[in-house]
Amino acid sequence: MDLFIEQTVSGIASGAIYACLALAVVMIYQAIDHFNFAQGEMAMFSTYIAWWMIDPTAGLGLPFIVAFFACIAVSFIGGAAIERIVFAPIANAPVLSHIIVFIALFSIFNSLAGFLFDFTPKQFMTPFTHDPLIEGIVSYHRAGMVLVTLVMLALIYVFFRYTPVGLAMRAAAAAPDSARLVGINVGMMLSLGWGLAAAVGAVAGMLIAPITFLTPDMMLGTLLYGFAGAVVGGLTSPFGAVVGGFLVGIVENLMGTFVVGSQLKLTVALVLIIVVLLVKPAGLFGRVVVKRV
Amino acid sequence: MTTTSMPGPMPAFLNENPKDRVRLLGVRLPLLERVLLWIMVVALCAAPLFADGYTVYEFGKVLMYALAVLGLNLLTGFNGQFSLGHSAFFAVGAYSTAIMMEMLGMPYWTTIVPAAAICFLSGFLFGLPALRLEGLFLALATFALAIATPQLLKFEGFDIGDGEHILSIAAITGGVQGKGLDTPYPPEWLNSIWLAATGDDLSVDRWKYMFTLIVVAIMFWGAWNLVHSRTGRALIAIRDNPLSAKTMGINTAIFKSAAFGVSAMYTGVAGSLFAIMDEYLAPESFTFAEAIKFLVGGVVGGIASLFGALFGGWFVLEIPNLADLMASSLADFINNPQGLTGLIYGLFLIFTVYVMPMGAAGLVQILVRKVADKG
Amino acid sequence: MKLAFGTMVAMAALALAVGGAEARNAPGVTDKEIKIGNSNPYSGPAAAYSSIGKSIGACFDKFNAEGGINGRKINFVSVDDGYSPPRTVEQIRKLVERENVAFVFQTLGTPPNSAIHEYMNRKKVPQLFVATGATKWGQPDKFPWTMGWQPNYQSEGVVFARYLMANFPNAKVAILYQNDDYGKDYVHGIEIGLGDKLKDMVVARESYEVTDPTIESQVVNLKNSGADAFYNVTTPKFAAQAISKMAELGWKPVHYLNSVSNSIGSVISKAGFEKSQDIVTSFYLKDPNDPEWQNDDDYKAWSAWMDEYYPDGDKTDAFTVYGWSVCHTLITTLEKAGNDLSRENIMKQAADLKDYKAPMLLPGITINTSPTDFYPIEEWQLARFKDKGWERFGPIIAGAVGSGS
Repeated sequence: MDLFIEQTVSGIASGAIYACLALAVVMIYQAIDHFNFAQGEMAMFSTYIAWWMIDPTAGLGLPFIVAFFACIAVSFIGGAAIERIVFAPIANAPVLSHIIVFIALFSIFNSLAGFLFDFTPKQFMTPFTHDPLIEGIVSYHRAGMVLVTLVMLALIYVFFRYTPVGLAMRAAAAAPDSARLVGINVGMMLSLGWGLAAAVGAVAGMLIAPITFLTPDMMLGTLLYGFAGAVVGGLTSPFGAVVGGFLVGIVENLMGTFVVGSQLKLTVALVLIIVVLLVKPAGLFGRVVVKRV
Repeated sequence: MTTTSMPGPMPAFLNENPKDRVRLLGVRLPLLERVLLWIMVVALCAAPLFADGYTVYEFGKVLMYALAVLGLNLLTGFNGQFSLGHSAFFAVGAYSTAIMMEMLGMPYWTTIVPAAAICFLSGFLFGLPALRLEGLFLALATFALAIATPQLLKFEGFDIGDGEHILSIAAITGGVQGKGLDTPYPPEWLNSIWLAATGDDLSVDRWKYMFTLIVVAIMFWGAWNLVHSRTGRALIAIRDNPLSAKTMGINTAIFKSAAFGVSAMYTGVAGSLFAIMDEYLAPESFTFAEAIKFLVGGVVGGIASLFGALFGGWFVLEIPNLADLMASSLADFINNPQGLTGLIYGLFLIFTVYVMPMGAAGLVQILVRKVADKG
Repeated sequence: MKLAFGTMVAMAALALAVGGAEARNAPGVTDKEIKIGNSNPYSGPAAAYSSIGKSIGACFDKFNAEGGINGRKINFVSVDDGYSPPRTVEQIRKLVERENVAFVFQTLGTPPNSAIHEYMNRKKVPQLFVATGATKWGQPDKFPWTMGWQPNYQSEGVVFARYLMANFPNAKVAILYQNDDYGKDYVHGIEIGLGDKLKDMVVARESYEVTDPTIESQVVNLKNSGADAFYNVTTPKFAAQAISKMAELGWKPVHYLNSVSNSIGSVISKAGFEKSQDIVTSFYLKDPNDPEWQNDDDYKAWSAWMDEYYPDGDKTDAFTVYGWSVCHTLITTLEKAGNDLSRENIMKQAADLKDYKAPMLLPGITINTSPTDFYPIEEWQLARFKDKGWERFGPIIAGAVGSGS
């Protein structure tokens, strides 16, 4: 039973990682109605930018807190720019074209990160330190990570629920034509959505990197779990995505320990995604979407 | 929220009457020119046989990749479904051949048909639940499949105590050590004919190329017929308008699963050919990068085109060489440009989506039409 | 003087050529150059190893700048295979058949090398000093054209097993390994080393994939198995994660960290010194971050070369030391071959290294090969992490796996 509790706690810890990324996945899904397969790579690249700003020898040597917000700003602008430059011209192209461009971005960011920053694992600092908060159970960083994720979630909730821009964004994603009729600049909203998703991804990357260490391939497996978290929680619900991320972390650990063994952990994510999509496509907290034909 | 599985506009030449099968790239040619064209095609296919060993090998690989890409084209281009996980079926085909050769002692050429059947079945079974997932969601499920594949190939089974394991996949795939295969030597009689005709031994490379060419030609012929048959039209109808396809009495569920199965079969047979060609398999050969490779080949060649797959096959084989070439020419200016293959892939993908959404095949078709109109 | 000697060599070579002896040299060998092929993962999941390829290139640059080997410059053609075996086959076949390289050197990774193993031996092209520690590279009877270089993974497992049995005969061992050939070989090594006691001593095993985000769940399981010894077979990123997680859990077993990840620069300093106290590992090369070597001539030569020829390189990266050392081994082999640069002779000279002290090998460790011994380096020395550096202890020991077979 002791092991059960420890694995659950450890699952919550890695779940925090997935929750961060799942939140970013849902953000972009809310804004543009797509999965961004390059989400993980974009977050990784943002984290490298932050690392470069902080590192005193290879980069600028800025203090962490400055770099943290500067990185969010850069990512926001970068995300919006990607939408303007790459996606706006193909806005009316079929979904296939979009997925191809996502894969293209995946490939580009992955390749570019290795090229610019090389492949040796980099240490990414945390403002919270890795010292234990409760001995043997949770460190300051992990607690901080959960806290930041929750703060982010609250901000997103307030933004979408109570600000005019947030409402306009939701309208633009849900019914672009009607939104246009009421005077919403749909193109602008899309860029904004991309920018926000990239910013959320950047925060996720900067929270994850102190634990996983920073390498160009740090996000491939993580993104899979992030997707799983988003799907489990419901793609239309940021709150669901966070809960889903934690659930996936716990399920992964418990399955890995008591059921399938550590050799099938990725497969657990695969099965989880397929089963949830088949049985409860809206996820635990998502709205049921009626498909128009 | 609107549905996200809107397929693209259909290229005109797919809408043709099946009687027009003799058209190539959408242009109807007079008989004489048609005969000449086919002679040219045969000559082109045979040409690599007279080149050096590496060239023969390279062309064989182009054909093999073309077949893998064709599998994806059949699914995406003709049925509007999407897969980021075809590396998994490529692996199923390759390992089926390897296991039949090694454990059952079957000659390499007898493994193709059973491997194709296995791949069709696995594709069909994966397609059954997956067909309820549309567009993006299918892409997501197959993305997960591609990432989990290498791990599955290495799976050592569940520990049932005392070092005993059940359901071990590694026991038949060779696990992390990979699997080495026997060399497929050319048949004696063919060798003696070749020797008499050219005064040179029929090398293993030449024989592998011939074998690959025959299999790939048969598969392309099959695809051509499929696409232009009633079934093919049903698949295309499902892609373009699922609802009216249904009202026309097409069982979309079965057709979509079957399309997934056929697609998996094509990519799987390419996997079989790959096993025969390289004589070595390891889980590292079937990663997500491989699935991206097929996708790139399909899109750049023209996703709704059969012959575009040939260009796609050539493209994915040659692009890393381009990166290496850049590396050697830019070595003085930038550090480690060899690693930029992914960047070049990405830029080509975006370029294709923008400039020639129907890929190289679409481009050629437009050019040929222009020339034909003038003449 | 150098020039005159070069001219003499060239004339001698010309004389030989006229005498019809040129046919003896391998393709890719001219009076001016030796063309050597190599594939390395410059992209993809194993790209962290690409600094090996880069440092070997930089090392050849140095030799070329100093006049080459017997007047011949090295033309090192290093291409990217992305750690994908089919890509390796394409690349190596192109190098051998199109580029006409004399031989291939330091191709990296077990799966990529396995994919070309048969081919190289059928073609009778040397596959020299491959960059992997699997045992299968030392089979001169079956594969006379393939030779490894570094001590094999299994022998390190044996070394640790012996250390355990001598000092902690009742230890309960937990194993964490990467789920691939490298991890499995290490596990196999400790299995050989523990022999009959294997079942009593090993209480838990966990594996991870290179794509796994973290290995924390595995570490929790290993801790809970009640083990008091930990055999840590992980690559740098995961090694650092494991050390951090162990500290978080307060788990303090006898910790053996495999040599793949014992770099102070890329692992220990990142995980934290205080968390790394008393970790045991093995070395065969000098760690460039170890203060012990800062005044060592061997180290200074390496450091000066890094500054001049590989300024972008990371001096804390142990792979650059590896590249420097293996490059010298090849140069020595080629120098020994003299003007007979046939593939047969290159292979013969590679199998005839006696007590060769390659740069940056630990004092007491030498390279020995023979026509029946294709394992150039077979010795280790244990070390324990104290304060801010590794303290080596005990004698030089041979794991001696495979050398008999």
